[in-house]
Amino acid sequence: MAKLLTESDVRHIATLSRLQLSDNEIAMMTEELSAIVGYVDQLSEVDVEGVVPTAHAVEVQNVFRDDVVRDSIGADKALANAPEREETFFKVPKVLDQDTV
Amino acid sequence: MVASLTTKTIVGLEIHVQLATRTKLFCGCALEFGATPNSRTCPVCLGLPGSLPVMNRAAFDASVRFALAMNCKIATYTKWDRKSYYYPDLPKNYQISQYDLPLGYEGYCDIDGDEGQSKRIRIRRAHLEEDAGKNLHDVPGCSLVDLNRTGTPLLEIVTEPDIDCAQDAFDFCTGLQKLAVYLGVSEASMQKGQMRFEPNINVEITRGGEVFRTPIAEVKNLNSFRAVRDAIEYESKRQVQDWLADEDYVFGKASNENRGWNADKQMTEYQRSKEAAHDYRYFPDPDLMPVTTTADWVDSVRKELPESPTVRCDRLVSAFGLSQGDADLIVADRGDAELFDAAVDGDKKLAKRMTSLMLGAAKKSANDRELTVSTVLPSATSWQQLVRMVEDGVVNASAGERLLLEAMENTAGEIDFEQMAKDRNLVQVQDVGQMSAWVEQVFTENDGAVQDALSNPKKAKAAPGFLTGKVMQVSGGKADPKVVRQLIAAKIKEMQTE
Ligand SMILES: [Zn+2]
Repeated sequence: MAKLLTESDVRHIATLSRLQLSDNEIAMMTEELSAIVGYVDQLSEVDVEGVVPTAHAVEVQNVFRDDVVRDSIGADKALANAPEREETFFKVPKVLDQDTV
Repeated sequence: MVASLTTKTIVGLEIHVQLATRTKLFCGCALEFGATPNSRTCPVCLGLPGSLPVMNRAAFDASVRFALAMNCKIATYTKWDRKSYYYPDLPKNYQISQYDLPLGYEGYCDIDGDEGQSKRIRIRRAHLEEDAGKNLHDVPGCSLVDLNRTGTPLLEIVTEPDIDCAQDAFDFCTGLQKLAVYLGVSEASMQKGQMRFEPNINVEITRGGEVFRTPIAEVKNLNSFRAVRDAIEYESKRQVQDWLADEDYVFGKASNENRGWNADKQMTEYQRSKEAAHDYRYFPDPDLMPVTTTADWVDSVRKELPESPTVRCDRLVSAFGLSQGDADLIVADRGDAELFDAAVDGDKKLAKRMTSLMLGAAKKSANDRELTVSTVLPSATSWQQLVRMVEDGVVNASAGERLLLEAMENTAGEIDFEQMAKDRNLVQVQDVGQMSAWVEQVFTENDGAVQDALSNPKKAKAAPGFLTGKVMQVSGGKADPKVVRQLIAAKIKEMQTE
């Protein structure tokens, strides 16, 4: 079976996910991801003629909560598993790409 | 010979407005500016595995109100999607946003154009999304991350590229801020970063019948109205210069770019090409259920919207004859505007004096205490009573002001101004005989001024005013200055003919 993903697809996804993969890992991931995509792709055999597209499998809508404050867990608990901290900040390697929302 | 150029700037805006809810969009953490870093966090907004977001109803309702006030259509079915990207201030590695089915779409806002004509800026969409955290870069070699802001509800508003100059963009943004505050959907504080702007700018250049378009520059993360105006001003020149230097600098050939605004240098700086634009891999968030709305509900929300500031302003001008400037000042605060309307109660006769008292004595007293006028003025009925008393000559204007200032010291509420005027002995004397007697007394005691009025051409104009003031003094402020002026004029005339 032809691979559904190419190595260059996988390199692209790795870059987007900020993952650094070796050539060996790229080859392995191409294999594995292709198999996963192929498995999921079986769904395209189902006849969906006349079925309305949906974002959810369950027919539940309009789930809200009231705008009421609940206790936060606090900075120390939030930082409990952080590899590094400074005062009550998470400390991470310098990031230069300022691009956010 | 060089053919002459005409240029047209084309701007579309993306604007993020922070909604004024007590808690975050998907968890109960409090929204609090300036709290200890990371103290307002929980498993949901830290993006810990197994946590489940639940939508804040107040954020959704505020978004619908805001969208309706921008004349948007409201989706009957709307959903949330994951926008994937990797950055330390985004712990889940995706932002919950809305992709193809925003809650509001196809709206418009009007701004004042040249020569009193209004310009319509179309709104492409308005969608509800969460904010990311904050990165601090002031430590060498590393970044510090504060996640208190993650999950803050934002309404992202996207306009069509209908704006054609920097000033219009400025007016649109300030108008939107006013509207948000008016609706109570956002504090829209610039100091707290509650409004952020991203203009998309390019220029259409016409030379000898040929049209060229420059690539689109998106200026990221502007946080003041002035920066919006200055960045657009700068870009509309910079892009033409770059095109003159290289005619391949056109849309389609050269890539679109992101730029940042450097306020110190008053210029935009290149950040990156949009060729390398992120592939956000949007897909529906399986944790959040879609929201459906009914036409009845949307109608009921629309009916409860306050009159918009621009409409209100126009009405005050046309119905009550206020000047545009006075109307703007009254409308600037929703409480003030509502008090004005309630107190005037459709009576055009009261509007002028009410405006001058409100923007004069009342505003000064309120400003001194850093309060709004409506919080220091008495109730609408009492306030109307006072203005009517001055209008009907029960008390004179300066006594009216004195009563108002005294009432405002005790702040707001119901006040019986008629009783207060009696207690202070300020009710005007309507008895002409009594006033004539006061005039006689003042004429006897101020012969110099009387002579000036009669025969000194330099002072003939000022003297009657001086005499009026004296009569008011003698009367203890109770004489009706209008009647006194008439009596004095008549007496001077009488003496001149003798
Ligand atoms: Zn939280």
